[in-house]
Amino acid sequence: MDFLNAIVALLNFVIIPASSYGAQLALGALGVTLIYGILRFSNFAHGDTMAFGTAMTILATWGLQALGVSIAPLPTALVALPFAIAATAALVLGTDRAIYRFYRKKKSAPIILVMASVGVMFVMNGITRFVIGVDEIQFDDGTRFIINARAFRTATGLDEGLALRSTQVITLVTAVLVVWVLFWFLNRTRTGKSMRAFSDNEDLALLSGINPERVVAVTWVIAAGLATVAGSLYGLDKSFKAFNYFQLLLPIFAAAIVGGLGNPLGAIAGGFVIAFSEVGVTYAWKKVLGYVLPEAWAPEGLVQLLSTEYKFAVSFAILIIVLLFKPTGLFRGKSV
Amino acid sequence: MTRTFALFAAMAALILFEGFTGGWNTALGIMNMGLISAIMALGVNMQWGYAGLFNAGVVGFVALGGLAPVLIATPPNPGAFAAGGLGVLAAVAVAAATVALAIYLNRRGSLQVRLLAIPALLIAGFFIYRAIFDPASVAIEAVNPSAAGNLGGLGLPVLMSWPVGAVLAAGAAWVVGKTALGLRSDYLAIATLGIGEIIVAALKNEDWLARGVKNVIGIPRPVPYEINLQRDPGFVDRAAALGIDPVAASTVTVKLAYAGLFLVVLLALIVLAQMALNSPWGRMMRAIRDNETAAAAMGKNVTRRHLQIFIIGSAVCGLAGAMMITLDGQMTPGSYNPLRFTFLVWVMVIVGGSGNNLGAVLGGMLIWFLWIKVEPWGNNLMDFVTAGLADGSALKSHLLASAAHMRLLTMGLLLLLVLRFSPRGLLPEK
Repeated sequence: MDFLNAIVALLNFVIIPASSYGAQLALGALGVTLIYGILRFSNFAHGDTMAFGTAMTILATWGLQALGVSIAPLPTALVALPFAIAATAALVLGTDRAIYRFYRKKKSAPIILVMASVGVMFVMNGITRFVIGVDEIQFDDGTRFIINARAFRTATGLDEGLALRSTQVITLVTAVLVVWVLFWFLNRTRTGKSMRAFSDNEDLALLSGINPERVVAVTWVIAAGLATVAGSLYGLDKSFKAFNYFQLLLPIFAAAIVGGLGNPLGAIAGGFVIAFSEVGVTYAWKKVLGYVLPEAWAPEGLVQLLSTEYKFAVSFAILIIVLLFKPTGLFRGKSV
Repeated sequence: MTRTFALFAAMAALILFEGFTGGWNTALGIMNMGLISAIMALGVNMQWGYAGLFNAGVVGFVALGGLAPVLIATPPNPGAFAAGGLGVLAAVAVAAATVALAIYLNRRGSLQVRLLAIPALLIAGFFIYRAIFDPASVAIEAVNPSAAGNLGGLGLPVLMSWPVGAVLAAGAAWVVGKTALGLRSDYLAIATLGIGEIIVAALKNEDWLARGVKNVIGIPRPVPYEINLQRDPGFVDRAAALGIDPVAASTVTVKLAYAGLFLVVLLALIVLAQMALNSPWGRMMRAIRDNETAAAAMGKNVTRRHLQIFIIGSAVCGLAGAMMITLDGQMTPGSYNPLRFTFLVWVMVIVGGSGNNLGAVLGGMLIWFLWIKVEPWGNNLMDFVTAGLADGSALKSHLLASAAHMRLLTMGLLLLLVLRFSPRGLLPEK
């Protein structure tokens, strides 16, 4: 019985939250890594693109709610996503045309593009605040729980409750679908193949008649889609606050680098590595250990390796370890 | 040269204009923070302008510098050191020894040692560290918790904390630079972004060090207090002779005294930076920046030079951080926002002219002035735009409320415009 309780507690506090957080990070890191593979710079504006995309989702959700559209028990935000993706894609394509294309034509050093993305970050942050304000917004209107902690306890007779929130399941299902579509697109379609060719060897790709502007435009649209989905899922799961998305930038970059910058598969692996380490290191293991260990060994303290305020330190530490030992990441990425 | 002179004269005119229209107290307030911003911009300009290094964690180095006035100048907390000071020091020593041993093993050990012994060592070291550190920090926080609850300072003159702030920031820069330099250029940006967040998180949470979000207030000043000036009959007589209200005279005097101190530091830094830039060392730095491969072929150790300039630049940021806390008289870790302290400083450097020290100084003063003034201008603009709308309409109140966010938008646009149309900035590098 104690062993079952330990497993339930572990599922409830570590595995389920870390999986959904990992899926959100993986989607964010996929966007960063695609931009890096095709455009060859680290996009500092990605966090704020996510914030903008989520703001658009919220506005569309409010609009749909006003029209009486509902797909209960699922949140209305899922219907709103396509509109939000279209709006975000329009914004990033406009940004590319107005800002990044100039530096691309000039073949500027990557760091100049990074600098330009910092400017874009400021502007997008300003636009998001302008559109939706700085308050915390809850926009999840679906059923909150699939498994309720109390119902689980009475049904199984265990001491530990298991809560499974619908947003966590939605996050995982959506992430799997999105990743499946993305990999199908990259591996099976002509445009996807031309993107991979462009990422592997720009000169050869140009020589074989691939239109670079088209590849770049498609990349931005995909990145905008990924950012909107990732941001909206994060917002549904927790809540929307513009500044939180800026702070997601570090774990997302860490995930992309740990997996190998430019490698989509690596970004997904990196997202889960970061999420599980972050949750595992900041979780107080007292409860789980108390069930598993014999009574005499039961820990006195919380057995929390780091307090939750230091979760950034976890992404940072993993990042540093990977940079020191394997600068190209777990899955071979670019290290130019 | 005439361009430099004209632009600095224009900057002075802006401050004077503010003084005549908005009052000397605000004008001097803007100028003092402008001088500090100019020093931060000088530090970032050394990293970016001399060497092309992108430091995305300026906020961390500024915050770490700000710790120095707390540790040096605040009065000691009696009993705190006896309670846990030695424990904290021992814990830090354990942590440092663990990391040093791990680095040594990583360099010397065989593959088995590296794969097995290093993780075991790091995990064991971490638990020993926590076992010593946790009780010590709890003991310190229990000493006089309402008023202090931290280690307290040394009670030394606050000016001594400025170089200490620079040293603290330099130490953090050494750690980051050692790991992230020598890899591709954006890795430094991302690593510094991380260290910036972590330093600020540590200042917010380590209550034993600087009281965390409970803030440290009343840090001693290097200049007289307004209230003492107002009580000084000699000062009141002199103010009366000039026909100024003694209260206003005292605030302006204090601000002028700060401005004098800051100007001395800024001028010294400019002279040193200019001498360095015009020396053979400066030529070498520019050569490395412009073509790393060629410089390496000429026998220059690019990574070492990058590390050097990264540390120096971060030290200057730390110095500015210590000066800022001295000016504020309080340490509030919650106020270290990366948009304000990292990316705004970047806007200062790019707009002022990267690679040109005087450009960075001008950019620092000008952008700080705009940062303060854009908000009221935005409010006025919104009042004007919404004048035709009915009072109480949802759109009007939304627009009026969002005027506050005009700052970020304006700064971002300014950065993008300068980067695109005048990438060399207001005062280009020669």
